[in-house]
Amino acid sequence: MSTISQKRIDELVEICAQMRIDLIKQLHKIQTGHPGGSLSVCEILALLYLEIAKVDPKNPKLPERDRILLTKGHAAPMLYLALARAGFFPQEEFSTLRQINSRLQGHPDAKTTPGVEAPSGPMGLGLSAAVGMALALKLDKNPARVYAVMGDGELNEGTVWEACMSIAKFGIDNLTPIVDFNGVQLDGLTNEIMPMLDLGAKFSAFGFEVINCDGHNIADLYKAISTANSFGKPSVILAKTIKGKGVSFMEGKNAWHGAPIDDANFAIAMKELEGNANG
Amino acid sequence: MAKTIRDIYGETLVKYGTTDERIVVLDADVSNSTKSAIFAKAVPERFFNLGIAEANMAGIGAGLAAGGKIPFINTFAVFLTSLGLLAARTYGSYSNWNMKYVGAYGGLSNGFDGPTHHSIEDLAVFRTLPNFQVFVASDARQTAWLVKNAIDHHGPMYIRLTRNAIPDIYDDNATFKTGKGNIVRQGDDVTIIACGLMVKPALDAAETLATQGVSAQVVDMFCIKPLDKELILDCAKKTKLVVTVEEHSIIGGLGGAVAEVMATGGSGVPQVFIGLNDTHAETGTLNALFEKYGLTADDIVAKTLKGLGK
Ligand SMILES: Cc1ncc(C[n+]2csc(CCOP(=O)(O)OP(=O)(O)O)c2C)c(N)n1
Ligand SMILES: [Mg+2]
Repeated sequence: MSTISQKRIDELVEICAQMRIDLIKQLHKIQTGHPGGSLSVCEILALLYLEIAKVDPKNPKLPERDRILLTKGHAAPMLYLALARAGFFPQEEFSTLRQINSRLQGHPDAKTTPGVEAPSGPMGLGLSAAVGMALALKLDKNPARVYAVMGDGELNEGTVWEACMSIAKFGIDNLTPIVDFNGVQLDGLTNEIMPMLDLGAKFSAFGFEVINCDGHNIADLYKAISTANSFGKPSVILAKTIKGKGVSFMEGKNAWHGAPIDDANFAIAMKELEGNANG
Repeated sequence: MAKTIRDIYGETLVKYGTTDERIVVLDADVSNSTKSAIFAKAVPERFFNLGIAEANMAGIGAGLAAGGKIPFINTFAVFLTSLGLLAARTYGSYSNWNMKYVGAYGGLSNGFDGPTHHSIEDLAVFRTLPNFQVFVASDARQTAWLVKNAIDHHGPMYIRLTRNAIPDIYDDNATFKTGKGNIVRQGDDVTIIACGLMVKPALDAAETLATQGVSAQVVDMFCIKPLDKELILDCAKKTKLVVTVEEHSIIGGLGGAVAEVMATGGSGVPQVFIGLNDTHAETGTLNALFEKYGLTADDIVAKTLKGLGK
């Protein structure tokens, strides 16, 4: 199992703090986009793109690359920040997010954006595509891995569980599903909107090794992902997160799933995030 | 600011649904967007949030219809035509069960979320299903009527709504009837047939055309199915050209439906199709998208003049 140094952990913590600032600035500027789910998936994406996954920004279609699918496509802004930091396109391009003629569409677009493996936005479909990619890699004897980053509300979709059954059936061990387990979806808390009950037990019953971790703790998340990668059988990571993480008034609130950020809230958010980045 | 179409929709559901106990409302975790949440608040016992599980919602809606209820099945239009389609086809279309599919964010109205959330094929898809009736809301008053009509008429139905407000096309004296288009401006040279958000730009285009000596008649074809064949053929007979304008693919929607009538009715009149030209759009403000993809009043003017050979 691979390891990560404390120095690198500290760097990534710093990077995430900056990514949150970049995110909130841009979403405030354009008055559209999804803050809550972007903030909660920050560490997961940063760790995958900047540390764990084998990706080559100079050669985005390298056959040996790991495939990362953000199936909860509404967190596209955070995905773009991670891709920019990894070097897939200049950070300045982030200012074109959600504007006409931009390569950075409202939801990920594999045609236009370097590093994006598959379109997403419609929830529940991505894990199936990830299974197909994992099967293709196996057929080609390609050792690359597939990562599918999913929302917990997304798990409401039946297709997710259909995909899970296929993962067990075909013994797919080159795919790591990571659930951004923040307990909130669009209309409210997952426990109210569609209770998933014991999620870990559900995945176990579907034949998965279940790994729980703190999705905002770089060290813990790193350990969880490298454990999953070395299992040699189907596994899933339930990364406990906070929707809106880092901006106190957004934390745990479904209202901040996709709401525009006004000037007053922007000022409060920036104060918190910048305090965090410097402290 | 004028009320949004989705607010009118939610409020009208409450207006009738509070007392009519047959009415049940379903949503798939987007009730704050579709505004079915307004009903959920007023009548919680007949509101069902199924989470992000549209196929399940549509199937449950079918069962409720079979049980004598009138289910209003709500989510973004794009997810009804995709994930909701099997239930629509099997239970609504094939068995004529009384399911009301209501597509929020029709057309490009969810501009910023991009093509994955645009709905540019819903009219074509639902129009092909036997027994389904298909409507597009063109303004606020009409939206209220569409809800009432959905309650009063037994049978499967698709209603396309939009995200924001639409300028009023009608006043309080307006009347609506299934299978009947409304002439909203009289004219002699060309007929512009539009629906939904496109009726206003069509009227604006007619205004501009008038200054250039072209008399344009404008039809609000809010009922795509059953389609007003008589009116279309009358228009074709009266004017030299028919122009269809829709916030939809030019394949299979309003334009396609009108063309079928003109061809089988032997009108011999040419048609100009305005809509998305067999392409997805992209992310952007609605206005920016209308400009880039040729759906503004100016585009209607230019294409109409071209169609008239001017
Ligand atoms: C098929 C489908 N249905 C509905 C939506 C609308 N939608 C976008 S995000 C979302 C909630 C997502 O919740 P979750 O998966 O928990 O994501 P997160 O909390 O990480 O933002 C919904 C309902 C969608 N994008 N796709
Ligand atoms: Mg969630």
